[in-house]
Amino acid sequence: MAKRFSALVALAVGALLTTSCGGGGGTTSAGTGGGGDAITMGFSQVGAESGWRTANTKSVQDSAKNAGITLKFSDAQQKQENQIKAIRSFIQQKVDVIAFSPVVESGWDTVLMEAKNAKIPVILTDRAVDSKDTSLYKTFLGSDFVEEGKKAGQWLVQEYKDSKDPVNIVELQGTTGSAPANDRKAGFAEVIGADPKFKIVASQTGDFTRAKGKEVMEAFLKSTPDIDVLYAHNDDMGLGAIEAIEGAGKVPGKDIKIITVDAVKDGMQALADGKINFIVECSPLLGPQLMDLAKKVVKGEQVPARVVTEETTFTQEQAKQVLSSRQY
Amino acid sequence: MRRLLWPLLALAALLLLNVAFTDGFLSIQIKDGHLYGSLIDILRFGAPLILVSLGMTLVIATGGIDLSVGSVVAISGALACLQISEDASVFTAVALALGLCLALGAWNGFLVAGIGIQPIIATLILMVAGRGLAQLITDGQIITVNSPAYKLIGGGYWLTLPFGILVVAAIWAVTAFLTRRLALGLVIEAVGGNPVASRLAGIDARRVTVMAYTACALCAGIAGLMISSNVSSADGNNAGLWIELDAILAVVIGGTSLTGGRFSLTGTVLGALIIQTLTTTIYSIGVPPETTLLFKALVVTTVCLLQSPAFRAKVFHRRPRPAPKAAAEEKVKVTA
Repeated sequence: MAKRFSALVALAVGALLTTSCGGGGGTTSAGTGGGGDAITMGFSQVGAESGWRTANTKSVQDSAKNAGITLKFSDAQQKQENQIKAIRSFIQQKVDVIAFSPVVESGWDTVLMEAKNAKIPVILTDRAVDSKDTSLYKTFLGSDFVEEGKKAGQWLVQEYKDSKDPVNIVELQGTTGSAPANDRKAGFAEVIGADPKFKIVASQTGDFTRAKGKEVMEAFLKSTPDIDVLYAHNDDMGLGAIEAIEGAGKVPGKDIKIITVDAVKDGMQALADGKINFIVECSPLLGPQLMDLAKKVVKGEQVPARVVTEETTFTQEQAKQVLSSRQY
Repeated sequence: MRRLLWPLLALAALLLLNVAFTDGFLSIQIKDGHLYGSLIDILRFGAPLILVSLGMTLVIATGGIDLSVGSVVAISGALACLQISEDASVFTAVALALGLCLALGAWNGFLVAGIGIQPIIATLILMVAGRGLAQLITDGQIITVNSPAYKLIGGGYWLTLPFGILVVAAIWAVTAFLTRRLALGLVIEAVGGNPVASRLAGIDARRVTVMAYTACALCAGIAGLMISSNVSSADGNNAGLWIELDAILAVVIGGTSLTGGRFSLTGTVLGALIIQTLTTTIYSIGVPPETTLLFKALVVTTVCLLQSPAFRAKVFHRRPRPAPKAAAEEKVKVTA
């Protein structure tokens, strides 16, 4: 009896899980995209794991509507198999173009080959795949994380250009081994490496979270008494570190200068309040650029193999001006 | 008491390692009217883990395991922060969050004791689904709150000590009283040792099991409040991620057997402190992030090996204490 009931529960849970993945498919019967008609795009999103990602989803959905493109949206809930299923269903529905943010880098060759054989162009957004065959996709639209690290480094070099004293930097890295963490670290190190007065005295991972950012910063403050600058790979770790710095009786933004990457709302608020000194934007709002590329690709025009998202940087004054208009 | 010798030595060794590497590691100052220093940090950041581990000890003592504590941590913080951001009073928010955690714990207990699903599977359901529930509550965003009263729970100070560690001390004292001064501890060990025999002896094994899971979820819920309060925000994706593994590890280091039965609350607290000290050590002596996990694994393996009588006998060429006699001694102590 007990066994039968447990099987039933397992079945019910399984059913719940599968039904929640199918959302968005088969809602539109029109617009299979004959010559010159409205374009249909199949878009497979990673999931909804952060505020950044939610803003990314909203940007794609809104700009599809504005551009008159019919969007078939599918949420992969961070699972590659869901994403492969979604792409296969897009191929069966004969959409005009497929766009997706790969959950992981590898294992895409088979399903992308199926799309290629069905003559459906593919655009990668936000994240890349490591496939050797670059003919499998038309273009990759996303941020350049190395460039973000460089921008952070350039601001620092500019800020301390008149100073001869050594500058002690602590770094809060993102999740160990992730592309943004590796690249933001490398870009930053490359720029500041030109001048020996810049010294990274401690560098640890804060897993991109506030809680870890605070915990690691607390330890840094005790083990390295003389810290001039904090470079955090995202806003959240920086926000956690700010609390640690305040707890140590120092003033964030003055006693310790802070540079972060992302420019989410809470980060921009801290920047406007003077607690962060400089933020390099990593914009999720790539919808308009994606729709432009989609239109070009469907028409058969040539597009560059790598398109970088339009991004900027913010100082404290700029943050005060744009704060009210931030979407995420 | 001899069981606690090796965890104690491990903790002392870790602290010594820090003293060697970091100047003024043991120094404690008064800053802004509260104590400030690395040791205080270890207590403050260790508080949630100690709490979760205490709850986990009770569940493991009944012969079960609770994988869902990480998700409960996330749910509790998420619900409390959502309530506060919608202008509910801190008291209401905390009460609602802990109420939900009690219900979740009872659900786990029902699945295990009522329906008879294996604990690892039963709590796996909430581990997976609970993370989703937390994301549902926060709408996938990080909820930031600005409430000094809520901030007190995990980030504030009372009588110069971190408030969180006072909460932990109180819960530890209550749990120790209930399980060591009253018969409850003996009942739990009986259920963990042999559920059938304890039922035949007249113990309501199901009720004891449900109580253990509920207490565990309550502990996790309070830990969740501390974690979210410490950074004044709720992160449904990352709060309490993998804390269940650290908690199980703390229980094992503390000398409680995963097969159920005999348990040690003091050992668990020591185990959790070892894990937190290890984390702090990694940050302050500057172990590169790429090798952090390896370093942790080496230390934990060493501690576990040192605790094994068989291993010690082999290495130090001493005969292990006769096991059955030792167990008998323990039993006598418990009933006393």
